[in-house]
Order: sequence, then structure tokens, then C-alpha cells
Amino acid sequence: MSNAPVINGRRRFLTAATAVVGGVGVAGVAVPFIASWNPSARAKAAGAPVEVNVSKLEPGQLIRAKWRGKPVYVVRRTDKTINDLAKHDSQLKDPKSDEPQQPSYATNEYRSISPEFLVALGVCTHLGCAPTYHKGDFEEKVEGVTDGFYCPCHGSKFDMAGRVFQSVPAPLNLVIPEHSFPTEGTLLIGVGQGEA
Amino acid sequence: MLMNLFTSFMGWIDKRLPVTDAWNKHLAQYPAPKNFNFWYFFGSLAMLVLVNQILTGIWLTMNYEPSGDGAFASIEYIMRDVDFGWLLRYMHSTGASAFFIVVYLHMMRGLMYGSYQKPRELLWIFGMLIFLVLMAEAFMGYLLPWGNMSYWGAQVIISLFGAIPIIGDDLTLWIRGDYVISGATLNRFFALHVIALPLVLVILVFLHILALHEVGSNNPDGSDIKKPKGSIKPEELSKFTFHKQYSEKYDIVDAVPFHPYYTVKDIMGVVGFLILFCWVMFFAPEGGGYFMEAPNFEPANGLKTPEHIAPVWYFGPFYTILRIVPDKLLGAIAMFGAIVMLFLLPWFDRGIVKSVRYRSKWHLINLIQFSICFVVLGALGTLPATPVANMIGIVASFGYFGFFIALWFYSKNEKCKPVPERITD
Repeated sequence: MSNAPVINGRRRFLTAATAVVGGVGVAGVAVPFIASWNPSARAKAAGAPVEVNVSKLEPGQLIRAKWRGKPVYVVRRTDKTINDLAKHDSQLKDPKSDEPQQPSYATNEYRSISPEFLVALGVCTHLGCAPTYHKGDFEEKVEGVTDGFYCPCHGSKFDMAGRVFQSVPAPLNLVIPEHSFPTEGTLLIGVGQGEA
Repeated sequence: MLMNLFTSFMGWIDKRLPVTDAWNKHLAQYPAPKNFNFWYFFGSLAMLVLVNQILTGIWLTMNYEPSGDGAFASIEYIMRDVDFGWLLRYMHSTGASAFFIVVYLHMMRGLMYGSYQKPRELLWIFGMLIFLVLMAEAFMGYLLPWGNMSYWGAQVIISLFGAIPIIGDDLTLWIRGDYVISGATLNRFFALHVIALPLVLVILVFLHILALHEVGSNNPDGSDIKKPKGSIKPEELSKFTFHKQYSEKYDIVDAVPFHPYYTVKDIMGVVGFLILFCWVMFFAPEGGGYFMEAPNFEPANGLKTPEHIAPVWYFGPFYTILRIVPDKLLGAIAMFGAIVMLFLLPWFDRGIVKSVRYRSKWHLINLIQFSICFVVLGALGTLPATPVANMIGIVASFGYFGFFIALWFYSKNEKCKPVPERITD
């Protein structure tokens, strides 16, 4: 044991420096543990765009595509449906699509690239269930509206542009995913208009 | 001869690890109030169920396959092809519901007899942490069979985190490890369910019991069995020998050593409990569709939501509170708030008298209305959301939160009956 004089200030500095270095080390070690929870390269690859042939879709018909494991509803709206869209704005939470639930090119009264095709995630914005398509018998859910989507989980209602009705649990309109029509009759989900 | 061998063996051990001392401190010489009643069965029963869950859980992992493609089939394999696999699984699934039944009753005991009050606040907090971890454990375990209700139940709960502003979407992506709930989610839930959370649970139970033994057990009268040293006449002291950690600091009255008195009593509880448990396990393992839900008998399908998504019954009360609020973020806040209220209970109650036996009739009424509201909320959580159900749910939620608010107001200057110095029965 040496009898070197004790310098408390230096001891405190060394203790603090050790604690800081140790803290940085812990933070550094935490990075791989936390980052390993991110989607893996395989999961990201599986999230690649999906192509759907919509040329054979009948007016009023809905098909489900699967993109990133989520259901995407594609509906070829009838002329009547397209005309009726503007008639129940007063019953909707966000009739003008002010909330960023759609890409900019689908921020219009139809929430779509062309009025004919609705492309929306079939995932209720309340708690993620899949709303069911009610064609012609939606009036028992909302008076005066013949077609729409009804979520069986907590009773949220959406119109044929995926816009949510008032006084239901879902806070937002259905999400319109990035999509585009590279050729007539081909829908590409996951790549936006003008991106590819 | 054999006895001598044992004594010298224990002597050898005790010089190196205080095993006999710990045995005496926590069991053979732990002073427990002599008036424990029916409500005091549930702590030991919760430990029994925990052991059951760990043991059967380990055995289930031997044949379970934690992958999106294999999980559902491996459960069917366990049920049909593994010898006694069906029994191990039903022990585990029935145990999950039994766990919540005994824990809810255990908490009810704490509410009735004021066992959360000073100086037992930390003990209560540890208990609440156990409850919280237990809920996480149950939630993650419910995903593992990879049935359709597993899938959509997890979908609903994980998307709650999406309600958090700004980071919500990235956070849910990080929790799932994929753009949807997938095998990646299943695998991490499996890891947490079988390793991380059980470890935490066991450590918390250990701390819960250490904290209990530090402050001592409450009792149905709420009067203290530890009196100031020297305040009790020697002939009135408890006849039993208690560990010096307790008897050196206090005069102990109206107490019996935990072992053998309460170990024997708890065995009675275990017998009664196991009769009910086995009846459910053998004759109604699905619990009428409440312990195991019908949609979970078909594999997870991300494109098909079950007609009616209901959580398992034990999440019912909190799920109803989530659902009656029309706003997603506020609903999630209300739901977590309901649990936070329980955490803060020791500070909502500003009274000094512990047991409902000696508190005002307002407290009794408040406790009864709280229990009724809790049960009603639980029942509503398993039913479809109709306007009538929502109305009832709102009323019951007010009752739930109102319990704490009202308690805070009346407990300050509450008119209580005198608490007897000594335990009465």
C-alpha cells in the first residue's frame, strides 16, 4: 500500500468517467438487441409490390389482393355508386379526406386514381379488423346509403370511398395504399403513381 | 442414527448457507395472525398455479413448434398424438384462467381488508407488477396456438400502440417485426412467453413474499399483531417461538407460526381448488367457450376476421373500458388508466382503518359497487358491442373509476368503528 495523498476531486472525476463510459457501452450493446426486432431482410422482401389484373372485374365486384400480408380491397364501382358518393358527406367524419390516409394523387372526392377503381386496405382503422362488403344491403346500417363496408368487430361503417361514418369507433378513413396502373387493366399495389 | 446423520448434514450446510434460518424465518417461525379466513387461500393457490404453468409449459415446449407454418399443427399434434399431451395442454390452458381467478380473488382480499395501506404499499406495488406481467404473459401465450382468435386478438392489442402519436406506426412495426403479425411476431412472443416473462414473474413473486415478510401479514381485522416491545404482559404473549427477527423488535400477540398451522390450512384450500380445477379440466376444458374460444380452433388467417372478436374473459373489464371510448388514443389511455388507478390505490385511500369490518358503510357500499362494476365490465368485454351494452359499459366504467375518486374524498375524515386492539375471533 502506498501512502499517496487522496485527491477526492480526481476520484470523483474517475468514477463519473467510468460511469459515463459504462453507460455508453450499455447503450451500444442495447442497439443490436433492439434493432433485431425490426423487420428482417426476408420480411422486407416479402413486402414487395403486388400486381393485380383488374380488367375482368365486373362493376360492383370486389376482389381481395394480399399485399404485405394485409387484405387490399379492389372494387370496380358502378356509375350509381360513383354518383352517390357526394350525397352523404354530412354523415361522414372526414368527407374531404383531410387526414393523411391516402397518397396525394388519391386525395380527391373518390379517394382513387380513377373514379372507377377503389383500392383500399381492408383493415379497419379502429383496431385492425377486416370490414365486410355490403353490396345493396347497407341501408340497414346507414339509412339512404345502399353500399358500404361494415366492420364486424366494433360496428365501424365506411362508404364506397372508404370514408368513415360518424359515431362509430374507427377514427379515420380506410388507408389507400400506394398504387398505380402501369398499363390499362393492371393494378400495381405498393408502387405509387409516377414512381416506377 | 439416521436422525443424527441428518442433523450433522444440516449443520454442515447451515455453516455455509443459512437454510435452517431461512426455513424458520419464512415458515416455521413466521408469525401469521391467527384469524386468516377463506380469503387467505388465494396467495398460496396462485403459487400453486404458477408452478403448474411453469411445469406444464416446459413440457409443452418439448412438442410445440413456434413458427407460422407449424404452430397450429403442432398443437393438434400435442392434442392427438403425444401421450398425455392433451392433459398437459389442458392443465396449462385451464391453469391460465385459474391463475386470473385466484389473482382477482387475492386482490379482492387486499381491497376488503386494506392490505395495500401503509406500510404495505410496496408489497401492493409488487403485486400489481405481478398482475401486469401476468397479463402480458397471458396475452403472448394466447398467440402461440396460432388460431384465428389468437391472431386477431393480438392484432387488436398490438394496434393499440399505434394510437401513440408520431411513433405509433413505427412502434407497432417494431413490435411485430413485420408489416403484419407473422411468424416473426409469433417467435418473439414465444421467447418472451417461455423465458423472459416467467423469469421476471418468479423474481417478482420472490420480492412480493420478501416484502410481505418484512412488514408482516395483515388480517381480516386489520389490527396489528406486532406490538411495541415491552407493552404486553408476558402471560399474554403468543405461546409460540417466533424468529428473532420478529420477536426481538416487537411483542407478538394473536399469532401462530405459518408452518404447520397455515401450511395445513392451505392444503385444505389446495384440495378444494384442485377438485374444481380438475372438474373444469376434465369435463369442460374449453370453459364454455370462455377459456378457449371457438374461432381459435381454426388456423390464423390474416384475411378473415372472426365474426365477433372477444378477448379471453380475464381481459374483459379492461377491454370494455377501451371499447366504450369512441376515440382510439383516449380509449387506450382509459384502459391503461384503469390499471394505473389500481397501482395508486394506497395513495387514493387516505384512511387509517384498514378492514372493511370497521370502516364506514360508505366504504362497504363503494367496495360492493366496485366489485359489481368490475364483473359487469368483464361480462360486457366478452359480448358484442351493441348500443345498450355500450351504455351499461359507460355506467360501469364510471363506477370503476368512481371507486377511487370517492375513496379519496371520504377516506380523509371517514367515520369508522373503533378497531379492537387484539384480534377478535
